[in-house]
Amino acid sequence: MNLQIAMLLGQDGITNGAIYALLALSIILVFTVTRILLIPLGEFVTFGALTMYAFQSGQDSSIVWLLMIMMALDAGLDLKQLVTNGMEARKAQWIGLKLAYAVIMVILVETLPLQEIHMAAQVLLTLMILVPLGPIMYRIFFQPIASAPPLVLLIVSIAVHVAMVGVGLLMFGPEGGRTAPFSAATFQVGNVMLKSQTLWVILVSLFLIVSLFLAFERTLYGKALRATAVNRMGARLMGISPDFAGKATFALAAFIGVASGILIAPITTLYYDSGFIISLKGFVGAIIGGLISYPLAAIGAVAVGLIEAFSMFWASNYKEIIVFTLIIPFLLWRSINSSHVEDEE
Amino acid sequence: MLLKKTLPALILGSALTATATQAEVKVGVVTSSTGPIALVGIPQKNTVPLLPTTAGGETISYISLDDSSDPSATVKAFKKLIEDEKVDAIIGPSGSPNAMGVIQFAAESGTPMLAPVGTAAVVLPMTEDKKWVFKTTQNDELIAKALVGHMVDSGVKTLGMIGTADPYGENWSLVMAKLCAEAGIKLTAVERFQRQDTSITGQSLKVMMSSPDAVLIAAPGSSSVMPETTLKEQGYAGQIYQTHGAALDPFLKLGGQAVEGTILAASLMLVLDEVPDSPAKEIASKYVADYTAMHGETPATFGGNVYDAGLLLQNAIPTALESGKPGTPEFRSALRDALENTSEMAGTQGVYNMTPEDHSGFDERGRELIQVENNSWTLLK
Repeated sequence: MNLQIAMLLGQDGITNGAIYALLALSIILVFTVTRILLIPLGEFVTFGALTMYAFQSGQDSSIVWLLMIMMALDAGLDLKQLVTNGMEARKAQWIGLKLAYAVIMVILVETLPLQEIHMAAQVLLTLMILVPLGPIMYRIFFQPIASAPPLVLLIVSIAVHVAMVGVGLLMFGPEGGRTAPFSAATFQVGNVMLKSQTLWVILVSLFLIVSLFLAFERTLYGKALRATAVNRMGARLMGISPDFAGKATFALAAFIGVASGILIAPITTLYYDSGFIISLKGFVGAIIGGLISYPLAAIGAVAVGLIEAFSMFWASNYKEIIVFTLIIPFLLWRSINSSHVEDEE
Repeated sequence: MLLKKTLPALILGSALTATATQAEVKVGVVTSSTGPIALVGIPQKNTVPLLPTTAGGETISYISLDDSSDPSATVKAFKKLIEDEKVDAIIGPSGSPNAMGVIQFAAESGTPMLAPVGTAAVVLPMTEDKKWVFKTTQNDELIAKALVGHMVDSGVKTLGMIGTADPYGENWSLVMAKLCAEAGIKLTAVERFQRQDTSITGQSLKVMMSSPDAVLIAAPGSSSVMPETTLKEQGYAGQIYQTHGAALDPFLKLGGQAVEGTILAASLMLVLDEVPDSPAKEIASKYVADYTAMHGETPATFGGNVYDAGLLLQNAIPTALESGKPGTPEFRSALRDALENTSEMAGTQGVYNMTPEDHSGFDERGRELIQVENNSWTLLK
């Protein structure tokens, strides 16, 4: 082990750690606001990566039809609610807008020469197709049972994850994909080559983390979400809609997941079922943060990435075991140090 | 789309079962067309409609089930086929762990099982139970011998290895340890990775630190690409060998420029245009043409393994019919004996010569040395 190898491994670990940190933050965000452990988060990562790959390799981009179907379901549920609760012109308009959005997406994907358009446009299109799936997922699967015990929410979350893996296989096929890098430039630092994609991952992750922080500290919507996380009933009494809070957090989580997928797609081959293990490592980070502390979770997630990189060098056979065993001392430490509060629900 | 491809297969499959009468030969097919090894299972399932439908004057009907890559679902599928459908033979399953779990059920009920799986452990070492299992893929050792032969000829003295942490990689490291010792090649580093790993930097650095003359990557499917691209990125200049697990078109597509010059040994299906004429070439060409006509894409080798299982059965059924009627234990037992006596039967993968000791039955006609040139498979001369 010399400096060069340590730097290469460190670069690798920090890149992965940055992604895990983003995922850990979304897991905590969703958990504190809605009490849902967002297991399908990993699917947003793989869907993001594989949609980009489908665009670039000229494959069928059937994912947009999933958006169409889900949007139609969502509109149907909204309509049913409207009929039972009495019509409201503004809400009816809103439903129309959502359907129009899905139709526009389908038309865009079917008509644009996806392979030729600029990569930034591909990224934008991927985000525009996939991010709405987050709030729709909340609307269809979680909103009707929003007040159920956390265990029920967890089970539904697992079910949604399993279903999404199946949908992923159907839409993207069993083969993995790897996209073109954002730019092919490399940098020489000492005698180590740094890939520009690594810098992209780290910079974009940092940017997202900082903007999340600012959004939660400075904006009204961010404060509303924080209020919901602190006290759901209290927030509700102050006029913050829990449905809105759920959808907003799911939209944020979906955005972060898809963005992470797009970021790492040029570095690694992702398969339709790779998402779970990636989000699980984010989850280890989130556990280190006690599912409550954002900075601790981010640091924990980067540590997971680094430990993973070095254990893959020292003992590649036991890499996963080492990473997942990490969770045990932290759980022990947490359970000894925190006074146990009975679940209020 | 997947749905478009599977629907006709499903309809055809159900049509075949619907016309089933008592006298015909019933064959169950279990594949993993969903789940983690769907890459292997989908071409296998797509091959079912192409399997032979008559043998020795009897019709053969196929009942195709999916085990979603889950070994316990494989057991359920096998029990259903054996107890409810009373099949005469079973083709499948797709995965090595899945196959290991059902051998005892096939043996207990006396149902011949033709497994298109990678691991040689399903037929080696031969036991009372494994007598009922036949394997339609080349044993790792056969492929490995071709690779080691090439290494010796090109003067490779030290070899690094990166393999998957599953039975596939495990078996390859065992086989290579043995063959390398015999050939006087030193294994400098043996590293492992998971198929879903997002980075293989550590393993590839470790291999490069031991500076071997060549590196062998033993991984199934598209997971064989990442170790190679990582090695190339880090500036490894030696020869890279791959196993027959990499012998899939996605390997070329995902690997692109980085996999240029890779050497592997695999069935002749990859280089049909270049190999000299042989019975196996004829059958493989027909299979590839039929499959392409039906599904609009060329089949992966895995599909050919199932096709060969069908051919082996078609070849053995006439002999077995002399001993009993389909659906009876006598017929199944005779079918097993007939399969074991298969000799000089050409399939898509090579020529089968089964013996009581060797239930895989390939010889060197079952593999070709292949090199990647200009992003396509080329026969290495």
